Amino acid sequence: MSTSIARDLTTEIIEAQPTFNVGTELRNEAWTQFKDLGLPGTKHEEYRFTPVTRHLEKNFNLSKSNSDSNLSSVADYLIPDLDANVVVLVNGRFNSLLSKVVSLESEITITTLSEALLNNTVARAHFNKYVNNESDAFAAWNSAAWQEGVFIHVPENTSVNKPVFILQLNDASSEQVVTQTRILGVLEKGATVSVIEKSDSIGNEVVFHNFAEEWVVKEEAHLEYCKIQNDAGKICQVSNSVIHQTTSSKLNTFTLTLNGQLIRNNLHILIDGENCESHFYGLYLLNGNTLADNHTVVDHKKPNSFSNEMYKGVMDGNSKGVFNGKIFVRPHAQKTNAFQSNRNIIISDNATVNTKPQLEIWADDVKCSHGCTSGQLDEEALFYLRSRGISETNAKAMLLYAFAAEVLQPIQNETLKSYLDHLIADRLQKNF
Amino acid sequence: MNYRIMLSIKNLQAKIGEKQILNGIDLKVNAGEVHAIMGPNGSGKSTLASVLVGREEYEVSGGEVDFLGKDLLELSPEDRAREGIFMAFQYPVEIPGVSTINFMKTALNQIREYRGQQALDAVSFLQLMKEKMKLVEIDQSLLNRSLNEGFSGGEKKRNEIFQMAMLEPKLAILDETDSGLDIDALRIVANGVNKLRNKNNATIVVTHYQRLLDYIVPDYVHVLYKGKIVKSGTKELALELEAKGYDWIKSEVTVA
Repeated sequence: MSTSIARDLTTEIIEAQPTFNVGTELRNEAWTQFKDLGLPGTKHEEYRFTPVTRHLEKNFNLSKSNSDSNLSSVADYLIPDLDANVVVLVNGRFNSLLSKVVSLESEITITTLSEALLNNTVARAHFNKYVNNESDAFAAWNSAAWQEGVFIHVPENTSVNKPVFILQLNDASSEQVVTQTRILGVLEKGATVSVIEKSDSIGNEVVFHNFAEEWVVKEEAHLEYCKIQNDAGKICQVSNSVIHQTTSSKLNTFTLTLNGQLIRNNLHILIDGENCESHFYGLYLLNGNTLADNHTVVDHKKPNSFSNEMYKGVMDGNSKGVFNGKIFVRPHAQKTNAFQSNRNIIISDNATVNTKPQLEIWADDVKCSHGCTSGQLDEEALFYLRSRGISETNAKAMLLYAFAAEVLQPIQNETLKSYLDHLIADRLQKNF
Repeated sequence: MNYRIMLSIKNLQAKIGEKQILNGIDLKVNAGEVHAIMGPNGSGKSTLASVLVGREEYEVSGGEVDFLGKDLLELSPEDRAREGIFMAFQYPVEIPGVSTINFMKTALNQIREYRGQQALDAVSFLQLMKEKMKLVEIDQSLLNRSLNEGFSGGEKKRNEIFQMAMLEPKLAILDETDSGLDIDALRIVANGVNKLRNKNNATIVVTHYQRLLDYIVPDYVHVLYKGKIVKSGTKELALELEAKGYDWIKSEVTVA
């Protein structure tokens, strides 16, 4: 239940709900779940460091609909030289003029979610089956009020040769924007695809983006997923991502957070098959007043799988980093290997980080390890570099870059990798 | 100005926290010379080296240090390096993610920039590197790796001497470079140092044992005890210390 707050935002949102043509039944269910859960107050354990509700109260009118955007080019927001299928959502609506699908129809289906739910049996079979409507109010809210979304389907034994780049733009140049968007991706047996999701806002007004996604990675399928949060606008974003893996599937995810006012990522990986492999990496390089919160869950439901989590953060200015990593190993999930590490460097007196590993292991024959560290730059290493004639500024940048760049290692696509590498080097002022 | 005098230390005092460690050191080092600083554990040898390279945890509480006409104590650690001071660390730091090659390129070019010289292009840099690698008998595969990460003790020390060869300092300070080295590694490291010696540079060898001085032969030997130089002499002094131990010096000082 929501804690008592001056404004009953939960009721306000429900009363102002617009009508939708697609998926009314599921939406009604989700409204009920949303009402039961209520938006999380600051006493809510899962949102204790991340006051999304208070931020919404203070800055948004939630009964107002978004105005149209007349954006005519997305060139500034693309990844240079990346040859990809481009899907663009502007203010929560699919924009066909700015989107471009280059892969063959036999390789991949990319459509709007509303269209897919009307006539695609795969979409209908999987939609809303995985997202945490029963435990997270933002997920339930999204399930009730999603405006538009993207459906991606890769058929059996098909490797999509070009990545899918999903660009979510929020045009807040004239007034506030509130968007609820959604992705459903299904990789059939033996399918392979690489997906890059990036959001940006335009203009100086406030943006709230409530995003949810479900990925189904079937037997022997392989998903590469990269999320880029480098939005210089006044954005508050909540992402609920659920990835469901079955037997012998492979997953690589990378989440890069550089900008935003308030960012909350819930990444939930369900390992529901044997011999799966999951690598989930994250990097948050924060400055100014940014708060970025990564809550991750990996749930080992079946035996003989492997998961490896590595999140790293560098906090400057008044920024706040939050990391919470849960590992569940269910009673039958014997021979599980699960590793987790979260390392943080704080480079300003006013920056903070809160990090918490939570391991719940019911099986007895497993290998699990975790490690969390937070501290300053290694003074001895800094002195060593300076004693060779390198300036203090460059020496710091060199050490921070070396610390951060490690998480880029698993990224396969060289164009993407070099783009991310530049973003990281820029942020850390590695100007040599 | 007469630049034959390279380093001039006058009445240098230093402390760490409340603990006074150096109690008035006087030392002159001329170009072309090798000085050995010896002394028992805790006598202040490493502190002296640390103060000269500008470690911030030591507070200089008195005295002065002139290096080629500049007030050394006023300079940041990086500017000391750019002026031509180099210390081979007793415990070289491991830095994951930074390769020795990239590190050296950055260091060398920042030093060159300070001196008003053009940055070396990639080809000239590689050429220089190959030349110096040969000099200190170090393998390129080691230099491609993260700085000192997983290196053996000998590899780390050799890497220090490689860096010294690359940066061509005017004054090199070897801080307990012999510690943790077997006799073969010691010989390789000492050979590297000897090949780099010339009439325009100087070396200060800080060591507890005489053994390194069989390979790097000093012009002068100074014995440090309780933060002061209590005895100076030629290389024979080192042999005498080896034979008699430090107790001899300690009792002599106490009697005086």
